[in-house]
Amino acid sequence: MNVSNNIGKFDWLTIFIYFALITIGWINIYSASLTDTSVAFFDFSQIQTKQLVWIGLSFIIIVFVLAIDSKFYERFSSLIYLIAIASLLGLFVFGSTIAGQTAWYVFGDFRIQPSELVKAATALAMAKYLSDIQTNIHTFIDQLKAFTIIAIPIVLVLLQPDPGSALIYFAFLFPLFREGMHFVYLLLGFFAAVLFTTTLAFGHEWVIFGVIAISLLVYYKYRKNRPNLFKYLFIAASCIIFSLSVEYVFDHVFKQHHRDRFNIILGKEVDIKGVGYNTNQSEIAIGSGGWTGKGWTEGTQTKGNFVPEQHTDYIFSTVGEEWGFVGSFVVVALFVFLILRLLYLAENQNSTFSRVYGYSVASILFVHFFVNISMVIGLFPTVGIPLPFLSYGGSGLWAFTILLFIFIKLDSQKHVNR
Amino acid sequence: MRKLLLYSLVIFTGILFTARLLYLQVFDSSFQQMSEINAVSVVYDYPQRGYVYDRHGKLLVANQPSYDVMVIPRNIKKLDTLEFCKMLHIEKAELNRILEKARIYSPRLPSVVLPQLTKDEYAYLQEKMYKYPGFYIQKRTLRDYQVTHSGNILGYIAEVNPKTIEENPYYQMGDLIGVTGVESQYEEILRGVKGVKYIQKDRFNRDIGAYKEGVFDTLPKPGQDITLSIDETLQAYGELLMKNKRGGIVAIEPETGEILALVSAPGYDPALLVGRQRSKNYTALYQDSIAKPLYDRGLLAEYAPGSTFKIMNALIALEENVIDENNTFSCNHGYSYGRGRKMGCHSHPSPVNLNMGIYESCNAYFANIYRRIIEKYPTPQEGIDVWSNHLKSFGLGGFLGNDLPIGRPGKIPTAAYYNKIYNFPTYKWFSTATISNAIGQGEVITTPIQLANMTAAIANRGFYITPHVIKEIDGKPMDDPTYTEKKFTTVHPQYFEPIIEGMFDVYNKGTASRLQVEGIEICGKTGTAENFTKIDGKKTQLTDHSIFIAFAPKDNPKIAIAIFVENGYWGGRYAGRIAGLMIEKYLKGSITRTDMEEWVLSRSLEEEYAKPLSGKPFRINQ
Repeated sequence: MNVSNNIGKFDWLTIFIYFALITIGWINIYSASLTDTSVAFFDFSQIQTKQLVWIGLSFIIIVFVLAIDSKFYERFSSLIYLIAIASLLGLFVFGSTIAGQTAWYVFGDFRIQPSELVKAATALAMAKYLSDIQTNIHTFIDQLKAFTIIAIPIVLVLLQPDPGSALIYFAFLFPLFREGMHFVYLLLGFFAAVLFTTTLAFGHEWVIFGVIAISLLVYYKYRKNRPNLFKYLFIAASCIIFSLSVEYVFDHVFKQHHRDRFNIILGKEVDIKGVGYNTNQSEIAIGSGGWTGKGWTEGTQTKGNFVPEQHTDYIFSTVGEEWGFVGSFVVVALFVFLILRLLYLAENQNSTFSRVYGYSVASILFVHFFVNISMVIGLFPTVGIPLPFLSYGGSGLWAFTILLFIFIKLDSQKHVNR
Repeated sequence: MRKLLLYSLVIFTGILFTARLLYLQVFDSSFQQMSEINAVSVVYDYPQRGYVYDRHGKLLVANQPSYDVMVIPRNIKKLDTLEFCKMLHIEKAELNRILEKARIYSPRLPSVVLPQLTKDEYAYLQEKMYKYPGFYIQKRTLRDYQVTHSGNILGYIAEVNPKTIEENPYYQMGDLIGVTGVESQYEEILRGVKGVKYIQKDRFNRDIGAYKEGVFDTLPKPGQDITLSIDETLQAYGELLMKNKRGGIVAIEPETGEILALVSAPGYDPALLVGRQRSKNYTALYQDSIAKPLYDRGLLAEYAPGSTFKIMNALIALEENVIDENNTFSCNHGYSYGRGRKMGCHSHPSPVNLNMGIYESCNAYFANIYRRIIEKYPTPQEGIDVWSNHLKSFGLGGFLGNDLPIGRPGKIPTAAYYNKIYNFPTYKWFSTATISNAIGQGEVITTPIQLANMTAAIANRGFYITPHVIKEIDGKPMDDPTYTEKKFTTVHPQYFEPIIEGMFDVYNKGTASRLQVEGIEICGKTGTAENFTKIDGKKTQLTDHSIFIAFAPKDNPKIAIAIFVENGYWGGRYAGRIAGLMIEKYLKGSITRTDMEEWVLSRSLEEEYAKPLSGKPFRINQ
């Protein structure tokens, strides 16, 4: 099938938002990485130049993604998933360790982080599995299979260790819920994420204390309904056991460099000037922007490199400082519209495969968007995950591009021979 | 329903983020300041503060270097506390307290360890400072006073307070600002404008160059010198004469309105408010609630003007045409008015005309002419208001607008005031109810500077120029119209001559006849003001205030002066003598009335001042 025949069928609104976000991203990466204006513009050692190359390459990727027959994705999704898992496993043999994380394949000057691409593969596999006529998501055995699809990459990513990326896989609970899974799983997933993060951030003592305190409160509130004491004890005990096991794994299974990496991401180590340095600096940068910001490349916080990782995970703080409330609001609004648009498109798909996939794309983008900006504006603890399309990084940009454009392709074919 | 979960989560997140961004970026301005402190460091270049000279070019206030021991807590290495404390002459506990405070303020910004070391201490410390990383010595400029008097005029400089910082964005924490006197009034001229350099910092607080290529940087503008109209010799002499006495002297050059001397007794040495002991000394001065050395009596003290005020009534009576200089009134040891009330008077010949009324200071004469002024009009209200407006044209009863930042309005009563206190129209009141105004008691209140200005207006025969201490700024004569324009009195020039003759006769044959100074034609008027205090809630009369106004020479006057000596008894006793001495000192440069000088210098009124505080019964006017 030819790309040019389908141009009218692509969702141009989504594509427009994609280009808007990419452009905003590059403008801010340029400012955030600006150290000395005398450096030549096309110096490949410069971050902004590199990102320009990544953007150029992703356009080529887009053409490929759109050119491939949409049936290919459905038909080969299992294979793609297996290859993706293999690429994660391969890291333990061929991967390079950078900053304590065995997450990269290095080819000369280029580095590829497969875990970014695995998200798209998992989304395809999940869509394939749920659209299978024999799958009944209400049965326990099928739920277990669905969870296995998610759990395999989570475990492999955690071992790198990259807890931030692992957190993203909780996004798949949304399409599962959408397809009929019981609400309890969503709650469980939520609690697991909370327990996981809080245990590592504050230690199991506080988590156990919190769990007991909440249980007692809930029990006290509903005591007149003669609650099933056993059920309460079970839930509380599960939480405590989960918390303890997280800590056990962290302390005894992981090696020191793994722990360091976790601590960095949880903001324990990188906090060079005390608790909350990153968040604090990021809040100062954003807060100093005012209504309209200090102007492009005029951000004093950005220039002074006060915010760590500013061109990657904290890119939104540059937006906040240099473009002010107006700029930040535009970015937030673009994301909200993009995700809502994707959800709308997903709901209008004829095939279950396309719907689940579209829903997964929207969910993954949402979790990234939610966790990243919450962290940058001080509503969430430090978890190192990028802001899609804006953060610096080739693998991330490509992964999100592929993720998004597969769906645009699927969407363009929704009326064809179904 | 299941479809809606993620939709609503996304929309909710969008709203949550927008609200949070609004709060961070728009409503909470503290982040803006934090960002400035954080990323751009500002280095100030303080210009030298301008010098202050007296009218003859004598240097009064210069600058001196001062050395502060500073610390940047995070740079401190292993510290031999014992040796360090010995070197700085402080206790170990004290040092630890200071360092802890500095650390809390900021580990990476400088704090003061010991302020204002002398040059000698600096020389000694400078050699050893290299041994103590994290500590260094910073040079500052402090005031260096060349005279030990005039504290009330010169004022002082101190660290700016948080309120001023809030009101005036020029000032930063730790900046110095003029607090009172000339330092405060001419702050912007004296201080100049500090230069500013903005330096972009990175997160390790390292300089990474000028912020925005230095477009915001400014060069310092040096402070300008000022010349005061004060005559340093006269001022010093005035403070010497007022030693052990309380009160104020204000001397003005009538022709220009320039203040020649502004003495407040007791005064203080301005050097007390500089250096390491500043805070201790200030507290001591501030807490002296009895002598009140920080209270400028020349500008702030409001006294009844006593008999000196009679001159004003005489001028108004002539202007209002209710008497001429030949009208006589009889005086039988006083003036009786209504139902057996009588205002007493001392022994002197009778009947009394204008000239004699002034030189004998006859109460009866002035009571008569005062009633004529008020009763010229159909109602006492109208009369009082006419009278009051004449007085106000002499600068009485309101702020003078002189160029020192403090002052008091005094009081000249109006019809409205009497209507209020007598509850008009329920009750009526008549001129006799206000008769004390005739002799400068009662409701009339003036400050010494108002009285001196009034004297200058008389010396000028009908105008005054707002008194001021500024003469030149940066070598150029002051040209502020406020201090160069003539303000004319409502009493016309022709009425001044008979009054001035009377004041001249005060010296020739009147109440100041023993105070003559050879070769100088002085015109003056004595005043003796009753005054009261409260002891244990009971109104108690104290010894009278001694008051004197004078100007000289009679023709083409060069100096007009007003003197208050608290509880100095009659006008000629202290104030009159001091007036003669001051005038002679200013006009001749030396003193021939050494007998008078000796008398004043050898007297102390401290005993008098101790009486009401002793708790024992005491006698007054002895």
